[in-house]
Amino acid sequence: MTITEARTETRGLVQITDVHKSYGALEVLKGVSLTVEPGGVAVIVGPSGSGKSTLLRTINHLEKVDAGYITIDGSLVGYRQRGRTLHELREKEILKQRTEIGMVFQNFNLFGHLSALENVIEAPIVALRASKAEARRRGLELLDRVGLKDKAEAYPRQLSGGQQQRVAIARALALEPKILLFDEPTSALDPELVNEVLDVIRELATSGTTLIIVTHEMGFARDVADTVIFMDQGRIVERGTPAEIFSNPQEERTKSFLSKIIEPAFNI
Amino acid sequence: MSTTSTHVAQPVSNPMANGTVSDEVPDPGTLANQQPATTPPERAVTDYSGYKLVAAKHPWRWVGTAVVALGLAAIIYSLATNPRWEWGVVAQWFTAESVLRGLGETLKLTVIAGALGFVLGFILALMRLSASPLLSSVSWTFSWIFRSTPLLVQMLLWYNLGYLYEKISLGIPFTSINFFEVQTTTLISQFAAAVLGLTLNQAAYSAEIIRGGILSVDQGQLEAAAALGIPAWRRSTRIVLPQAMRSILPTAFNEIIGLVKGTSIVYVLAYSELFYTVQVIYNRTQQVLPLLLVATLWYIVITSVLSVFQYYIERHYAKGAVRTLPLTPLQRARKFFTLRTTIREQR
Repeated sequence: MTITEARTETRGLVQITDVHKSYGALEVLKGVSLTVEPGGVAVIVGPSGSGKSTLLRTINHLEKVDAGYITIDGSLVGYRQRGRTLHELREKEILKQRTEIGMVFQNFNLFGHLSALENVIEAPIVALRASKAEARRRGLELLDRVGLKDKAEAYPRQLSGGQQQRVAIARALALEPKILLFDEPTSALDPELVNEVLDVIRELATSGTTLIIVTHEMGFARDVADTVIFMDQGRIVERGTPAEIFSNPQEERTKSFLSKIIEPAFNI
Repeated sequence: MSTTSTHVAQPVSNPMANGTVSDEVPDPGTLANQQPATTPPERAVTDYSGYKLVAAKHPWRWVGTAVVALGLAAIIYSLATNPRWEWGVVAQWFTAESVLRGLGETLKLTVIAGALGFVLGFILALMRLSASPLLSSVSWTFSWIFRSTPLLVQMLLWYNLGYLYEKISLGIPFTSINFFEVQTTTLISQFAAAVLGLTLNQAAYSAEIIRGGILSVDQGQLEAAAALGIPAWRRSTRIVLPQAMRSILPTAFNEIIGLVKGTSIVYVLAYSELFYTVQVIYNRTQQVLPLLLVATLWYIVITSVLSVFQYYIERHYAKGAVRTLPLTPLQRARKFFTLRTTIREQR
């Protein structure tokens, strides 16, 4: 009961403070700080290898940070403070935190041996201990919301890429997360299927859930974001409203990136 | 045939029929524009509607089929007519009580060693994939030892454990606390030695098969499950293992079928399973080949039943892996017959 009560209030303040992350000698995040307001829509753009996806994955502790910290509504992600040290949480506690943070992957990562509905209801049953009947009812509701109620019994391989991604979004929504992370949700899709996914995300943007989206769809970013963050080489180069970033970028690096990418995006 | 050639030949005899080509040559200097002008027949469109389609013929396939059929007939004929196969003796012993009892023992060993072997193999596979270097190297060493020693030697070693250790006790190591203590020879019967030997050997092989299956599952599946807050044990059993089964099953059934016949090795312990039983019988009656045939036929029966199981179990785990499951042989047969009856009814 307490879980549902906590979930009804639409919070979801994400604060990232001076996060560093290296893979061996390669430093992919070089001190990133970022605040996303509750219900805000932050879109992270930037060239490949700029650290966008890594940053996104640190928010639900799929990647461990080397230094710095991340809080959601003031509580630490993946760690517990004791005196002057932060101790990494046990797996069970991390999993509990993750139920508040939904994630949508570039390659969908739907469970191939489970039907669309089974994909959606798995986490509520296991992680939130929902009853099967209740989970099914909610699951069908969510599939309806992404326009796939009639595909509930279909297996992922029987669905198009766009449909698979919409199931994946429904799956992420099933835990009623405060925050939704999108890791290039349309990059693996045919151009024709991109919009059906973007429409679903656009609808979510007004729902009060905090959205953090990594994407290469500049038109969509301009349309849906209230903050656009431009990253390059492990740093945030520039942030601002879509109008500021797309129409009047201040940094040279942002200008040169956008000049390469924005024309084809708007030609569509 | 003759009508076809005249149809095709027509544009060749009259290249100017394709007048548009020569009209559309604004720049005769370029290669691209010259080509169609020199080879107009290939661009000509002939109307083939109403032609009859004839599939390619494969005369050599028929020759091959005939040769193989002849060979098969010769083999079956010799099996049926050569009196030295002594089919009468085979039939007499095939369902004899002692043979059936031996068969029961073979099945018992297979089921116990197979089940325990795969459970232990699963644990070993998880140990091997563990981040702990100790767990992973213990698992590796286990597989290394049991895969590098002959099963026969392992079997004899277990049976003669009493020679190495007179007593076996269960207690806390390096203390004097002992829960119980028994003579090794009373604990390790022929059956226990057989089960121990077969199980540990099987575990070493199945550990590698299961590990291979787990590795074949896309890492993204685990990541998605972790992101959804699904606990580790459930991730392994509900998400990874069912998908790993697709690649585990064919090899696992290989192993189980190998195990069925592998149980015959326990004859060295004078354990009366199927193979040892027929040996005892033919040593008495001197009908060596017919009795070996009895054992062989039973092994074939077991393998055939297992193959049917394999087909349906693989099919079960194929759900979601292919867009539409192929029909089972039974469904295909049913479809074939219903199709024929509907065709007959239509006539």
